[in-house]
Amino acid sequence: MQIALFIIFGLLAVAGALNLLFQRHPINSALSLVVVMMSLAVLYWSLGAEFLAAAQVIVYAGAIMVLFIFVVMLLNAGEEDRTHGSKIAYIAGIPGAAAIVCLLSYVFLSNRQQLGTTQLGGYLSSSVSNISEISHTLFTSLLLPFEVTSILILVAILGAVVLARKEL
Amino acid sequence: MVPIAYYLVLAAILFAIGIAAFLIKRNVITIFMSIELMLNAVNLTFVAFSHMWHQVSGQIFVFFVMVVAAAEAAVGLAIIIALFRVRQTLDVDHINLMKD
Amino acid sequence: MTHLTNFEIFLLFTIVKIAVVLVITLTAVAYTVLLERKVLGRLQNRWGPSRVGPFGLLQPLVDGLKLFLKEDMMPLAVERPLFILAPIIALGCALVSIAVVPFGAVTMVHGVDLFQIANLNIGLLVILGVTSIGVYGIALSGWSSNNKYSLFGSLRATAQMISYELALGLSLVGVVLRAGSLSLRDIVASQSAHGAISWNIFGGFQFVAFFIYLMAAYAETNRSPFDLSEAESELVAGYHTEYSSMKFAMFFMAEYANMITVACVATLLFFGGASSPFGHLFDSIGSGLILSGLFSIAWFVAKVFTFLLLYIWVRGTLPRFRYDQLMGFGWKFLLPVAMVNILATALALSYHR
Repeated sequence: MQIALFIIFGLLAVAGALNLLFQRHPINSALSLVVVMMSLAVLYWSLGAEFLAAAQVIVYAGAIMVLFIFVVMLLNAGEEDRTHGSKIAYIAGIPGAAAIVCLLSYVFLSNRQQLGTTQLGGYLSSSVSNISEISHTLFTSLLLPFEVTSILILVAILGAVVLARKEL
Repeated sequence: MVPIAYYLVLAAILFAIGIAAFLIKRNVITIFMSIELMLNAVNLTFVAFSHMWHQVSGQIFVFFVMVVAAAEAAVGLAIIIALFRVRQTLDVDHINLMKD
Repeated sequence: MTHLTNFEIFLLFTIVKIAVVLVITLTAVAYTVLLERKVLGRLQNRWGPSRVGPFGLLQPLVDGLKLFLKEDMMPLAVERPLFILAPIIALGCALVSIAVVPFGAVTMVHGVDLFQIANLNIGLLVILGVTSIGVYGIALSGWSSNNKYSLFGSLRATAQMISYELALGLSLVGVVLRAGSLSLRDIVASQSAHGAISWNIFGGFQFVAFFIYLMAAYAETNRSPFDLSEAESELVAGYHTEYSSMKFAMFFMAEYANMITVACVATLLFFGGASSPFGHLFDSIGSGLILSGLFSIAWFVAKVFTFLLLYIWVRGTLPRFRYDQLMGFGWKFLLPVAMVNILATALALSYHR
């Protein structure tokens, strides 16, 4: 069951990421990134992180990517051209990325025994919910970082409002 | 029963595609999107490790990454809009005022 | 049934439940359209549809047939794949969120809950998430139509929906604080102790949250008085200007399916879901599995129906907002009030503990 979920949604995520790479139009890239995020949400859920799965859909797919698509629509961005700068990137980028994948995969796969296996629905028993555990940690031992993040969000809102104004 | 290593390999693949897209793409918005893809790949490793160690702190870290990504998207897209107003283009090759 | 394994029974029941709920929802969508036309007609001192069948009851059937048989126009300049994808996303998201709604009291048959397709412990978040994905349908339809009125309509609708989603989400926090759970079954159970007195809107003192929810929900579903994305006097027909035939019908159905979902959520969160307003007063009449199940469904349907009537009444009464008024109302009024409501609820709860 879990291996089937992993294969289906893992392949979907990789296909979406590759589509982001090969599409020329930014709106198609944005939509393929939405596909990646939705399949990652399913994978989070299969790892027992159901709150993060919901947050991934609501925050990433439902807010951040809508903002991206909104900006693409607002600026009416067209298809991108191929320039010589991107040719250099092709020569340097693709082998580099492939090397990173090979190295990381080798390290992970050679240590697969130590890393262990997963079970569907997480390690918690059904009496304790994932959400209450997260919120307990978040509001007791990690309260200060949480409040600092909210200030960060406030600063970001003000910065965005100032930057996007007509007369800069 | 899926080995955790598989999740990590998937995250590595997504991260590498993000790097490649970051280098190859010429549109500012798409470059920004590939940064989000890399963040997502890292989030997957955090969740996988949180499952492995039976601890919730990895998931909380992902929560913080999401918040920071939201802030980053708001500010970054505002910068892109301001940039478009001045230069009328989104192509990074044409945004070269500091170069010449 | 004895020769089937537990998993097979579960699978069979789930498929049957999905089919039944889908058929009932689509029928309800069709008849909500008729209800709206009839009630609007009465509000405006005319008859409404009355020719097809007794009291015009067959009108939705004929409307559907007309839309189905119409020519499916595909304008030349549209972005083809996205143009086709957009109505599918809109309708799909509108229908998926009904899967976590519990329609009646807990009725277990062979270990399967009859009146709910999926009982998730994050049911409320699933509904919010699916609603936020539904924005893509509208955003893409306007952009792929390659028409300035469509684009403006969808830009307006998208900005409006992501702004009001904040107020909508925050207005539900008070209810979640009281129930201590995100599962819709638990939220309903937390307010079914003494009938109407223990409903969140009365006993829970969540009426402020309820009014915020109601207004944000009208804006979320792009209904009047917040239907700026399809303001005929300014934007032709908004984001679905270029759509015809079945694709138009899908947007139309998505709007009404969203209305039904919003009414279901309001019923579940503020009005005790499928529980009776008289508490356990008349439990002796409705004893027995079938009868109590039927009674709970009847209460649920009655409450949802009241909300749909309220929707139509508001549409027939209130004029449209101006766009800056709409944004100002969402950000400067609803959002602060929702936050104050959360603080007040949290303080009251901690005082009572």
